[in-house]
Amino acid sequence: VTPSHAAAAAAPQPAHPRVLLAGNPNSGKTTLFNQLTGARAKVGNYPGVTVERRVGLAHLGDGLDLEIVDLPGTYSLSAGSPEEQVAIDALLGGEHADAVIVLADATTLARGLYLVLQVIETGAPCVLALNMMDEVEVDGTRIDVQTISERLGVEVVPMVASRGQGLPELGVALRRTLASAESASARALLLVPPLPAGLAADVSRVEAQLGGGDTPRAASARRARALWAMVSLGDDELVGIAPSLRTTVDEVRAASEAAGRNLDLEVIGSRYARIDALVAEAVGRSRARVARSLTDRVDDLLTHRIFGPIAFVLVMAIVFEALFSWSSPAVDFISNRIADLQGLVSGALPDGVLRDLIVQGVIAGVGNVLVFVPQIALLFVFIGLLEDSGYLARVAFVIDRLMARVGLHGKAFVPMLSGYACAIPAVMATRTIESRRDRLLTMLVVPLTSCSARLPVYVLMIGTLFAHRPRVLGVFDFGAVVLFLTYFLSAAGAVGAAAVLRRTMLRGPRPTMVLELPPYRLPVWRNLGLNVWQKVRSFLVQAGSIILALSIVLWALLSFPRDHESAVRFEAARAAATSAEERSALEERQEGEQLRHSVAGRLGHAFEPVIRPLGFDWRIGIGLLGAFAAREVFVSTMGLVFDVGKDDQNTQPLRTALQEARRPDGSKLMTPLVGVSLMIFFVFACQCMSTIAVVRRESGSWRWPIFMFSYMSGLAYVASLLVYQVGRVLGLGGG
Amino acid sequence: VREEVELGRLPVGAVAIVRQVKCARGVARRLLEMGLLPGTEVRIVRVAPLGDPIELALRGYALSIRKAEAMDISVEVKP
Repeated sequence: VTPSHAAAAAAPQPAHPRVLLAGNPNSGKTTLFNQLTGARAKVGNYPGVTVERRVGLAHLGDGLDLEIVDLPGTYSLSAGSPEEQVAIDALLGGEHADAVIVLADATTLARGLYLVLQVIETGAPCVLALNMMDEVEVDGTRIDVQTISERLGVEVVPMVASRGQGLPELGVALRRTLASAESASARALLLVPPLPAGLAADVSRVEAQLGGGDTPRAASARRARALWAMVSLGDDELVGIAPSLRTTVDEVRAASEAAGRNLDLEVIGSRYARIDALVAEAVGRSRARVARSLTDRVDDLLTHRIFGPIAFVLVMAIVFEALFSWSSPAVDFISNRIADLQGLVSGALPDGVLRDLIVQGVIAGVGNVLVFVPQIALLFVFIGLLEDSGYLARVAFVIDRLMARVGLHGKAFVPMLSGYACAIPAVMATRTIESRRDRLLTMLVVPLTSCSARLPVYVLMIGTLFAHRPRVLGVFDFGAVVLFLTYFLSAAGAVGAAAVLRRTMLRGPRPTMVLELPPYRLPVWRNLGLNVWQKVRSFLVQAGSIILALSIVLWALLSFPRDHESAVRFEAARAAATSAEERSALEERQEGEQLRHSVAGRLGHAFEPVIRPLGFDWRIGIGLLGAFAAREVFVSTMGLVFDVGKDDQNTQPLRTALQEARRPDGSKLMTPLVGVSLMIFFVFACQCMSTIAVVRRESGSWRWPIFMFSYMSGLAYVASLLVYQVGRVLGLGGG
Repeated sequence: VREEVELGRLPVGAVAIVRQVKCARGVARRLLEMGLLPGTEVRIVRVAPLGDPIELALRGYALSIRKAEAMDISVEVKP
């Protein structure tokens, strides 16, 4: 994505004037967007990049309806992250824009003004909204709004967006700016100071490489693009930049470097020179600050050497507990209602493929989607609270040193922790990480963390194989030690994979952390609710449809071709049955027979040569296929395969069946070595279609989920293979 | 003329004027854009519990950077 006029020409003229909303992260941009558009925002993705695009209609009274496009929160328009690229692209003509609202946090006015100046330089008619004016007043600082407006040549609106203060004034300013867009833009451009002579010559050289019209706005957009290119190109990984532009920028940069100049500093410094002059004139401190700010005092505690980590562990423990336990009543409720519905529909429809499709394919698939909602909602409630309050930045501050060791960002901690409950919300939580590279890396290793769906599989294996072992060191339950080792292995796997990916697939400049620690603030509840709803909705619509489709495909694999011969046989047996229990036992046995007859059953056989070196047979192969719906489904699938029913609460019959299962040569199927190999397979394998669906949604392409599935499957296969084969050589193969 | 030292060497509480940002270009650009320019006054507010990163106060806001970056920023200490 590069700024282009072609895109502007191709963009259809919207029905309402379109206004872009730009601003720094933590400036209250989301709050203002929600205030302007209510719950009517549409959330999508910019094509090809994992950047959210939110659009909503604002009714500002007197028939003024505006389409508001929320640009990604950025500190500048020059560097090369996808978020900034989207914002740059939009502001330099990629989106048709009638005006721009630039929001600045008035408590950090100087830094906010940097983006404001860049937006003004593009020639877009703009309105400056100064947010958090209440905090400025408390602080004893006086901001001369009139002077700022005069010096910048734009309308300036003081606001407290969280309370809706300043909204009517913003509407008035927008109306005036839209009514006289050309002169508004010209007035602001006239006040942009000329560049120093040397720099101006360099900029002209770069401008000559750029096309565009001769109107004042086109000329200023061209200048803005030239400045953007000069500070952004060179160490970037942007695609679609004209080679001639690159060459010219390289030449200009080389020449200035040879002359001992620093172009980045000159460009950025010239803007800050203007900002410093403006701040000196318009911002006054009426009294010296005596008391240290509340934020500073809270941070003394929350980032204290001893209390800081304690608070950190406490907060994270609550988040984890919520995901792991608080969500389970809601999950159970949804599962039960889905089961009720399945029962209801089963009873109402005649026997046949259509009924099975609806009950076991569609309704079960909808259930597979809905069960994730409680955890996603809960996690985003917590992330919203942490982010809005400012603590999320402190989480990164406190834990960054540990995370940095493996090349992860401090902000990757919350997603990684959440992964131990469920990878689906955890992958969605990576949205809090700004840089795309850091976000992708986190997304790709999160599924290695030991999610709660693996637990039933581990418990089954431990119960089957290690139930009556002597205690380790006389203290620890043998099974508990095995379970601990699986969790340890998963953590080591995630950390190791992150370190490897950072050095290979996602290699790049040394990862850094330049992180604003915003003041602590009270969350805006309405924001929180809207945000949670948007996350849930985007999951339901975008990942949900993939999960549903995969559920139906998986159902078909497990149900076709139909085994008519056994159906007739079981029909007769059921007719002869005397009790309801007998009939339901027969039904489950029929399901087992059907399963073994199905494509999945045959795939189990077909795959057996591939998985035999891991110690698995075709029956375990079917279980692995079934587990793709969700890992815990392994347990009920195995129940069907072994004709002991699909009850996944009481697994005693299955454990007995597994203990007694034999291979064709009469040897035991489930030796401890096979069990360990299987558990290790589950530690590493990407046995979860929902994870694949959500990574597809969050990464914006199929490339990353396919890569993730491949590397995790490869890792699982090799690890199980090593364990099983080495174990056999060491003579651990037998019972 | 005062001596220039690396920002990363200063103790908590120290106030200094930035002289030169010598980090890799991408980081340097980000720091400049966030207002950490030659001539800007910065204060070391605190160090993270594990010893890295550090928190700086500049231009009325708080910014956290890793020590590795701070070692590439030369400053002049204010008494």
